[in-house]
Amino acid sequence: METLFFLIVSLVAVISAILVVTCRNPINSALSLIMTFFCLATYYVMLDAPFMAAVQVMVYAGAIMVLMVFTIMLLNIRVDASKKHSHKLIFGSIIGFFTVLNLIVLLVKSRAALPTGPYSGEIIRKIGHTELIGREMFTNFLLPFEITSILLLVAIIGAVILAKKKI
Amino acid sequence: MGIEILGLPLMYYIAMVAKVLVAFVFVLLTVAYATYAERKIIGHMQVRLGPMRTGWHGLLQPIADGVKLFFKEEIIPSQASTFAFLVAPLIALIPAFITFAVIPFGGIIEIAGYKIPLQIAAYYDTTAGQVFDVNVGVLYILAMSSLGVYGIVLAGWASNSKYSLMGGLRASAQMISYELAAGLSIISVFMLSGTLSLSRIVELQSGFGGFEWYLFKQPLAAFMFFICSLAEINRTPFDLPEAETELVSGFCTEYSSMKYAMFFMAEYANMVTVCALTVTLFLGGWNGPLTGAIPLLGPVYFIAKVYFLMFVCMWIRATLPRYRYDQLMHLGWKVFIPVALVNIIVTGIIGYFL
Repeated sequence: METLFFLIVSLVAVISAILVVTCRNPINSALSLIMTFFCLATYYVMLDAPFMAAVQVMVYAGAIMVLMVFTIMLLNIRVDASKKHSHKLIFGSIIGFFTVLNLIVLLVKSRAALPTGPYSGEIIRKIGHTELIGREMFTNFLLPFEITSILLLVAIIGAVILAKKKI
Repeated sequence: MGIEILGLPLMYYIAMVAKVLVAFVFVLLTVAYATYAERKIIGHMQVRLGPMRTGWHGLLQPIADGVKLFFKEEIIPSQASTFAFLVAPLIALIPAFITFAVIPFGGIIEIAGYKIPLQIAAYYDTTAGQVFDVNVGVLYILAMSSLGVYGIVLAGWASNSKYSLMGGLRASAQMISYELAAGLSIISVFMLSGTLSLSRIVELQSGFGGFEWYLFKQPLAAFMFFICSLAEINRTPFDLPEAETELVSGFCTEYSSMKYAMFFMAEYANMVTVCALTVTLFLGGWNGPLTGAIPLLGPVYFIAKVYFLMFVCMWIRATLPRYRYDQLMHLGWKVFIPVALVNIIVTGIIGYFL
């Protein structure tokens, strides 16, 4: 049952991911990307990580993509007239080909050695995923967490300076 | 109960389907009659009668409206982006309904020896002896409500009309701003409850005859959350995206027939959801006197509280004029967000010393 569900979700994920790059209309591409994010969120739920799933939808689909759609709307990009981007296409396909190759090699190699840590599925379900993430983030991974927040702060200040001529 | 499908008793599936149907029909009926109630209440507040002709005191008005909208001609503007135009009403409507999956509307009832928690996405584990529900319930609701904005944005963009585009832009800016403020204001509730599961939050608010409600512990958060939610679902006084005097009908100007009706339903379904969430987080959910003895009283209290809040929404609509756009942005970013942050800090300090 779970395998069947996984296959259905994966099918949707792959189709919508292909649509992201093939759609002529930027808004339809953005919609397909949201669909892909949803499928990723579904994977998180299947991996016993509901907090990640909720945050995935909230941050990516709910906030970042809204801004993207907002930008597309403001720039009012309409359907692109059929231009040829042949050189970009070649570079893109080369990069894509090697990335896929890399992933396949990784998948084949790492099949035997699935990572095992202290947190098994039972423990996650018993204590709660949210609480575990919170604990780890504010104890063992406090420094990376703080560094990330400083990075975000810098980005915010940068955005304010760029947007405002006079401060 | 010998029959089991995929490791779960048959009763589980029956209860699930029944709960989904009951909640769905309840929301649909509430949405239909909320339109009627709104017209009636605002009518009486403005010393008018409201709808009177269809049925006794206009009671059949929602049905007449529904039939009328159903038989209207379906118009798709020739310059519209067809796919986005068609899918927008659905995107607006679906999040409004699926948020009800995690809202607990009653305690545990027992039918033929099988315990059913009155919350759609929950089940009673007999071996563990407790209810398991979505343990990120509130985040799920926030995530879903942040998706509702797409319906409006897409509708505005796909219609290819200046009024729609302006309405869509206003809506998206407004919803993003107030989503943040609403999210920040309920963090203080989680600091008190220590959980994100809605059924647990309701449990924690039982006792002391209603004085355990988070409304009394976090009055500021409750107030801000309700106001921000009103802004997020584009209700008056924050209904700028569909300001009739400036934008005709805002993002749904170009919509007709059932697609218009879907936006209309989405607006009222959102109102029901927001009121239900406010009740769950701040007004003790389905708690009330005698729920322990008669479990079916839980849904009654829940519905009564939700209807009261919906009445407050309509009351606000009849009373307050619309905000100006810059006032709206000022209120969201420069008042609510700082106050919510201060509220979090104060809650943290008090929680640390108590």
